Formats: sequence, C-alpha cells, structure tokens
Amino acid sequence: MASAFDRIADIIAETSDVPRETIRPESHVIEDLGIDSLDFLDIVFAIDKAFGIKVPVETWTQEVNSGAAPASQYFVMENLAKRIEELVAAKSGG
Amino acid sequence: MQLEYFRMIDRVVSVDDGSIAAEAVVPEASPVLEGHFPGHPLVPGVLLLETMAQASGYLLLARLGFSRMAFLIGNKELKLRRFVRPGERLSVTARLVHEGSGYAVTDAAITGEGKRICEVREMKFSLADFPAPELAAAMRAQAERIGLAP
Repeated sequence: MASAFDRIADIIAETSDVPRETIRPESHVIEDLGIDSLDFLDIVFAIDKAFGIKVPVETWTQEVNSGAAPASQYFVMENLAKRIEELVAAKSGG
Repeated sequence: MQLEYFRMIDRVVSVDDGSIAAEAVVPEASPVLEGHFPGHPLVPGVLLLETMAQASGYLLLARLGFSRMAFLIGNKELKLRRFVRPGERLSVTARLVHEGSGYAVTDAAITGEGKRICEVREMKFSLADFPAPELAAAMRAQAERIGLAP
C-alpha cells in the first residue's frame, strides 16, 4: 500500500490546483503549497474518508494559535503524514 | 416560506441523529417571485439550495445542542430538475454524511408530490461558535417556530 505521505499528496493534488510533483515531504501545506483554509477542509474531509479517521483540526489549530505547538508539527507534509499514521494506529489499537 | 426573510423551512416533520425531514410551502406572492420572473414566477434555484442548506443546518444545530452555528462553505453537485411555482408544498430532507473536526458534510434533497425537484451532494458546513448572542437566540427562536425543540 502507498505510504501515508503519498496518499495525502495524491489527495492534495486531486482536491486543489497543486501539481503532484511539487508536493514534497518538506513542503508546508499553507506556506509552500498555498492551500487556504477552505481547500484545507476539503483535503481533511478526503483524508477523513480515505483513512477512516477524524483529523482533529480544531485541536491542532488551537495548539498552534496558543503557541503550544509549532505550525510545522501539523502542516509540513512529512509531519502531517506522521500525525495521520498516528491517528490510524490509535484507531486500530483502540 | 418567507422568501424575503430567508425563512425557508416551515415545519420539521422528523429529526434524528443523522437525518431530518421538513416541509416548506411556497407563498402565492412575494417580491422575490415578482422579480424572478415577471409573468413567470419561479422560486430561484439559489433559494432552493438555501432551503436544503437550512434543513441541513437545523439537523446540525440539533446534533450540536444549539451550542454552535453551521455556516455553509460549499457544495459538490447541485441538480435543479424542474421549476418550483407559487403555492407548491415541498418536502425537504437532509442526511449527515460526515461530521469532522469543526466541519460537517450533508446530502440534501427537495421533492414535491413524491417527485424529485432538486438535490445537492456534499454540502459542507463550518461549525463555529455563535459570533453573536443575538444569532444564537434567533436560531433557537426559529427552531422553536418550526417545531424543532432546542
């Protein structure tokens, strides 16, 4: 099966105007790929469906806004993929 | 329906965790119908979309216990199958497709006399705190008016 990174990159390319080949592990979803909040919700909906999870966007946003976590922890592609893998693992384990 | 006040839903027939059914009766006369169109009054397609959005919104408000507001942010596919004329009685349904973190997705449809009028797929709503207490109070009052107990 494709890696979480590849699946998420495919989803972003299909959901937005971002060319697939420009999406790299170090890409920041907002700053580098130019995804806005509306497109990001579409992407999250597609990720929720594809992985059978509920991406906790509100919690992530609160953590970033309050300074409790750097934005890169959730919005740089390789980290986003890790977070998704963790959510999938937590769901499988639970 | 009070088209000019954007009060599209008249009565909630049933609601549960994942779906809602409601009724809406098109008025015989309205300034909206005078303009759309002179000599050929039709409910504007955007107001049919709004009607389906409001049914979805009431479903989401009920699920959330009226703690947050649902704001329409997009939809995938809209089909308007036929004209809707003054005096028609409409059945409006909406179904929850997905509830995510801070957003929700519904499918919705309108029928008349058992026949399909229009439907929309994947209406997306942002779920946010009420930006004003007046809005929260107004939504509760509207819900009470249409038989959806807050």
